[in-house]
Amino acid sequence: MLHELVHRADVCVVAVAECFRGDGEILANPIGTIPMIGGRLARATFEPDLAMTDGEARLILDDAAFSWPDGPVVEHFNPYRHMFDWVWGGQRHVMMGATQIDRYGNQNIAAIGDYARPKVQLLGYRGAPGNTINDVTSYWVPNHSPAVLCEQVDTVCGIGYDRAAALGPRAARFHEIRRVVTNLCVLDFETPDRRMRLRSVHPGVTVEEVQGATGFDLVIPEEVPESRLPTPDELELLSSVIDPDGHRYREVPDG
Amino acid sequence: MTGPRDKRCTEDEAVAELRSGMTIGFGGWGSRRKPMSIVRAILRSDLTDLTVVSWGGPDVGLLCAAGKVKRLVYAFVSLDSIPLEPHFRNARQSGAIEDEPYDEGMFLLGLQAAAWRVPFLPTRVGLGSDLLRDNPRLRTVTSPYEDGEELVAAPAITLDAAFVHMNRADARGNGQYLGPDPYFDDLFLAAAEKRFLSAEQIVPTERLSEEGPPQSLVISRLLVDGVIEAPGGAHFTSCVPDYERDEAFQAQYVASARSPEAWAEFKAAWLDLSEADYQERVRRT
Repeated sequence: MLHELVHRADVCVVAVAECFRGDGEILANPIGTIPMIGGRLARATFEPDLAMTDGEARLILDDAAFSWPDGPVVEHFNPYRHMFDWVWGGQRHVMMGATQIDRYGNQNIAAIGDYARPKVQLLGYRGAPGNTINDVTSYWVPNHSPAVLCEQVDTVCGIGYDRAAALGPRAARFHEIRRVVTNLCVLDFETPDRRMRLRSVHPGVTVEEVQGATGFDLVIPEEVPESRLPTPDELELLSSVIDPDGHRYREVPDG
Repeated sequence: MTGPRDKRCTEDEAVAELRSGMTIGFGGWGSRRKPMSIVRAILRSDLTDLTVVSWGGPDVGLLCAAGKVKRLVYAFVSLDSIPLEPHFRNARQSGAIEDEPYDEGMFLLGLQAAAWRVPFLPTRVGLGSDLLRDNPRLRTVTSPYEDGEELVAAPAITLDAAFVHMNRADARGNGQYLGPDPYFDDLFLAAAEKRFLSAEQIVPTERLSEEGPPQSLVISRLLVDGVIEAPGGAHFTSCVPDYERDEAFQAQYVASARSPEAWAEFKAAWLDLSEADYQERVRRT
């Protein structure tokens, strides 16, 4: 079987990269290890005009995701404050994490349990409300489970399609949750009622496994394709330039 | 002949200007360039019931752990290399503090509104989210123009006092950052009644231009009442290029959240002492 030769982490990286396909000249802002690697792969291959950060206050041209021994090639000064110009101006596609996410893409990173007296306090709202009402947003979930993909999130930080619909077409005109990439599969919202749909399963994962690891009923098409495999050129780029230290394998071990 | 104001003072003199119940803003971001020597001075004081305003890091955690915080105004609290702040989590999970959450960009607008002396600034941020449930200060506003759009009115976050830490400053209160990001420090000062700037080094004004370009001079003396020379003042947060975050110390700080005994031990070792003794102890370990 071919998939036995393919690392799950590489499939996830490619799935992340595919989220940015067609974005053109915008700020691609994937947050986290595999998201950053995937974003760099998109730019190094099929989306050369994406702008990307060094993870801090600069936009850099380098394909390497995390380490630039001779210093990166800096194209723009991008301090935190400036980020809101991109966010509110609509020139950004962000990929965030999610401690909880529901079938309409509502996301929670603030607190688990009753917000007033949480069982588990997390980061806080961070930028999730502003990101989702202004920009294209995707999510990365490295631990697909019913606790994460759940029936109802405890606090809505990033807003999903039902909340956006309730706001009406004008207020929500910039809202788009493009995709959710997990360690098991790729999900989207390309359904008439904007419920989460299984878009593809990673090689070696069954549809039943995905549904079993999800806390609500997914929309499952009759034919669920397998997630795209990395090409030999992409694998070469990843291992020689983008992530030579293999950070991606530490985040997602082989299933 | 009257000479220019010399605004130099000590941490303890600055903190003596504060009163219990005040709303106090802290510059920096997460575990980066935080005015930690000021936080330590507040921990040594009798101040209580503070409303703390911060893009939060260990400033928030320490003040929570020491029981100084009545209310927290924030968008997140994180230690960067350690994503979740354990003392902040303890305070929230035990119900010890009142919570006033914001989106991090909305937070910027709140400080900007205070700095510009308007009651709010409109934004799309927050619509549809539970922020409007969890932050009772938030209201919406309808555009008076033909679009009639409903927006969130990010309320002015007005501060009684603000503290920021810079790499360099002069005695008149001009501040210079030499690291990667100015963060929002000028806004904290502009939103505050009493305004304090600490710096790694106080240098003659003419030296500032040797240290960095004009655009690194982000704090104007028009925004500053007191200047504190505080070498190591951001420790254990990062103050690049003067020093990186002290990760070993930060790990020790995180471990102090495990139990009341661990906190008491950390407090005795690192907080129940003068700033000079603290810095000396950091140098020796």
